[in-house]
Amino acid sequence: MSLLEVRDLKVHFPIKAGTLLQRTVGAVKAVDGVDLDVEAGTTFGLVGESGCGKSTLGRAIMRLTEPTSGSVTLDGQDILALGERKMRAVRRQFQMVFQDPMASLDPRQSVESLLTEPLRAHKIPGGSAGHAKRIRELLDVVGLPESVVHRYPHEFSGGQRQRLGIARALVLNPALIIADEPVSALDVSIQAQVINLLKELQERFSLTYVVIAHDLAVVRHISKTVAVMYLGGIVEQAPAADLYKQPLHPYTKALMSAVPVPDPNVEESRSRILLQGDLPSPANPPSGCRFHTRCPWKQATKCDTDRPALRELPLVAPGHKVACHYAEDILAGKITPHDVRPEDVELVPAGETTSGTEAAADATEAHVAGGLTPGGPPGAH
Amino acid sequence: MSVNEVVAGEPGGPAPAATESVSSRPPRSLGREAVRRLFRNPMAIVGMVLISLFVLVAIFAPLIAPYSPTDNSWLDQVRPGQYPGPSAEHWLGIDPLGRDVFSRIIYGARQSLLIGVVSLALGATAGIALGVLAGAFGGWVDTVVMRFVDIMLSVPGLLFAIAVAAMLGQSLTSVMIAIAVVNVPIFARLLRGEMLGQRGADYVLAARSLGISRSAIVFRHVLPNSFTPVLVQGTLTLALAIVEAAGLAFLGLSGSDPSAPEWGRMLTDAQETLTSAPMLAVYPGLAIVLAALGFTLVGESLREALDPKFRR
Repeated sequence: MSLLEVRDLKVHFPIKAGTLLQRTVGAVKAVDGVDLDVEAGTTFGLVGESGCGKSTLGRAIMRLTEPTSGSVTLDGQDILALGERKMRAVRRQFQMVFQDPMASLDPRQSVESLLTEPLRAHKIPGGSAGHAKRIRELLDVVGLPESVVHRYPHEFSGGQRQRLGIARALVLNPALIIADEPVSALDVSIQAQVINLLKELQERFSLTYVVIAHDLAVVRHISKTVAVMYLGGIVEQAPAADLYKQPLHPYTKALMSAVPVPDPNVEESRSRILLQGDLPSPANPPSGCRFHTRCPWKQATKCDTDRPALRELPLVAPGHKVACHYAEDILAGKITPHDVRPEDVELVPAGETTSGTEAAADATEAHVAGGLTPGGPPGAH
Repeated sequence: MSVNEVVAGEPGGPAPAATESVSSRPPRSLGREAVRRLFRNPMAIVGMVLISLFVLVAIFAPLIAPYSPTDNSWLDQVRPGQYPGPSAEHWLGIDPLGRDVFSRIIYGARQSLLIGVVSLALGATAGIALGVLAGAFGGWVDTVVMRFVDIMLSVPGLLFAIAVAAMLGQSLTSVMIAIAVVNVPIFARLLRGEMLGQRGADYVLAARSLGISRSAIVFRHVLPNSFTPVLVQGTLTLALAIVEAAGLAFLGLSGSDPSAPEWGRMLTDAQETLTSAPMLAVYPGLAIVLAALGFTLVGESLREALDPKFRR
């Protein structure tokens, strides 16, 4: 049975207008109909570019951002139906690790206070002696010496702070940990240490992870299943190896083709899919398939009218799901990519390198280069 | 940051490559670090000396002042247009009503300190309460509180002080209330803005996801982290309150007893003899400036010491 089940989850942020009498004039559909199933003891990777709604999805599952509609079921319990008091009790079962470890630790709180606070809040038995023992265990588990208990966050390095963040997430013995970009704020050398720590902890405490990231390599390294998000919806979901070997959705294909290959010969000759245009506004998403405005495989029918559901394509591998009307045809090579001409972007034939209109190509490349640009505006390097 | 400091502080120690070591010096809270920085700042030292001087003088005025501030036994030494200047008996001379100026300045510190502290306490308490209310709840509570504060802000301070004096009569209480009310919106807006900023911080989300209650988050995390600018503002407000109190006294709003030693009133009185005895205006003026300067220097140094941007 799945530990976490998310059904048709929507998070719409209202856009208000008017100074005195505010009325809602629209909504930013940050998450728009997401289904997820995360099995106990596994890692679920969630990738997507900046602004696709992956962090909002994570926070909505945690109920840190209140979802507009849909359901989140944790261990058989529908958590969206819970009142505030019950919800606080349920929070023991799932925790979050944040992107920026400095921002996620209260600068005025010592390590001891940081780790004791949740124990006290949930009235975990053991008294101060028991709590102190638990804290020492935790510090040991995340690889920090016991001597740090009286220290403050600003006295630690970035990697150590993230270890503290992880220790805090573990205090209440949760079953599920949602890690929102757990390593992207860290140096590359520290990234590996923290990722390995997460893996080690998973084995030791049989934890379930949902890892949100824009770094495709990180997600591949730790995930069993990976889902790709685009503009508030999941476009493809598959076992990690399968997804990286055989992406079916045009967006995933473009994403994968942007990952540099560490071989100059291959890098020189391999074909790349350069997407045109920018991510459309989630306040006014395209009709039909969200991706049809930028899709090189867009067909005359269905794409701009019907929103494709996430469906399993068992002919490739079990558990490989894709939200594309023409996934089979694309896989079979029946339809070929063609040029995309958004009004505001110059034309570059898909699959060609940046010859000619470099500026336009650059703009899109920034979005997908080496994974995805975190928080960068289109065209930023 | 901390690691580099340690490496730099230990010549011949391990190479800086060991990025994951934990420093061995005693732990320091942010507050203690700030105090350390504060005491290293010469400006802060000057300010603190001025403040201590001011406070000590105010408290021990009867011991320091050679005469009573209302004793006019030297009236016979005063001639129209001729007022005895500094002498061994009267360090700052005698005023037109035959009183010892030095003693009056010493006693005046009491009045200024009293008005400053009381009006700050009143204004800050009310402002902080409103700020916490708006910052902790947000939404419509925030809107209502902030519109109320805006209304307070729209009334000119001096006009309000005159109105209060007209309603409650000329008294010290009116002055204190007037200065306090002027300060309420400043504190309310400052704290509310800071709290709203902190509310969206990751550590607040983390606390929420840990199931910590709303009130604990507000009072244990959001409020302490929003309080720094309020502390700084409080120090600076004391300086302003002293100047404002003097200003109100100058306009004759401070109290019904004209003989009470009050720096602002001394300025008013000195105005009449400005051509013949200009120094009578300089002494109280200087006292006001030094007291206000002390609090301003400490306030500004505090801001520097507490500002994360100055943190090493």
